[in-house]
Amino acid sequence: MHLFSEDRGEFLLIRATGDRIDAAGAIQFKEKMRELTQTQDARVILDLSTVAFLDSSGLGAVVAAMKAMGPGRKLELSGLTATVEKVFRLTRMDSVFTIHKSVPEGMRNAG
Amino acid sequence: MQGNQRPHNAPEATLPEVLPTGMHHQTSVTITSENNAVREGLSQLLNMEPLSGLSENSRGTFEIVLAEALNNVVEHAYSNAPGTILVGVDHLPPILRVSVYDQGLPMPDGQLPKGELKPLVEGEELPEGGFGWFLIRTLTLDLEYERDGGFNKLRFVVPAE
Repeated sequence: MHLFSEDRGEFLLIRATGDRIDAAGAIQFKEKMRELTQTQDARVILDLSTVAFLDSSGLGAVVAAMKAMGPGRKLELSGLTATVEKVFRLTRMDSVFTIHKSVPEGMRNAG
Repeated sequence: MQGNQRPHNAPEATLPEVLPTGMHHQTSVTITSENNAVREGLSQLLNMEPLSGLSENSRGTFEIVLAEALNNVVEHAYSNAPGTILVGVDHLPPILRVSVYDQGLPMPDGQLPKGELKPLVEGEELPEGGFGWFLIRTLTLDLEYERDGGFNKLRFVVPAE
């Protein structure tokens, strides 16, 4: 699992490049998220479009990553694949995170 | 081999030659009780019949439930000590019957956890765990646990579309 961040102006975009966030990688994921979110961005969008599988450890790591960002900042998600979406929906975590179908375009392109 | 992580002189846990009755399955894999081995075991099963031929939805449900069951064995039954887990899969259309065997600690009180979801209070109190048994209970059609002759036997049914 590698994570890359990119300043999109209105938000910080973090792209996951691995195919799973599971018990074997959850701690590493959490640590990398913590490093990459040491910015001032109020909004962070985590793009999970390459992630085919996430288990309860992975879900816990996403929650922990948001909590580590501190109050007043939001972690949003984009590009949930079918199985990942199922885990968020069943645990009702889809009501806690703002979830985008894909990475939002900047205001300039929004028409 | 995860042998290099094992302390010297610690016995290697193995499944005995004589398996408990009913431990005959159409498809089976043996998995070392360790997170990376669980990942490999899941991938192996998903690439074998009958899983390889099922819908993305059924494969996803199978993977979520089995991953949670295996993580639980690694973390609690074997408590991160060496051990072996056997997974058996039987395709009885339109369902899959999945059996998980280990020789770790029994379930507390001989019962499966209730798996109730904690309230989703926003902020610092938002739960980071307690999802595993909730997901297993939500996604399985039939779930049974038995302690038998030093084995934990967990059986569940998931759809096979």
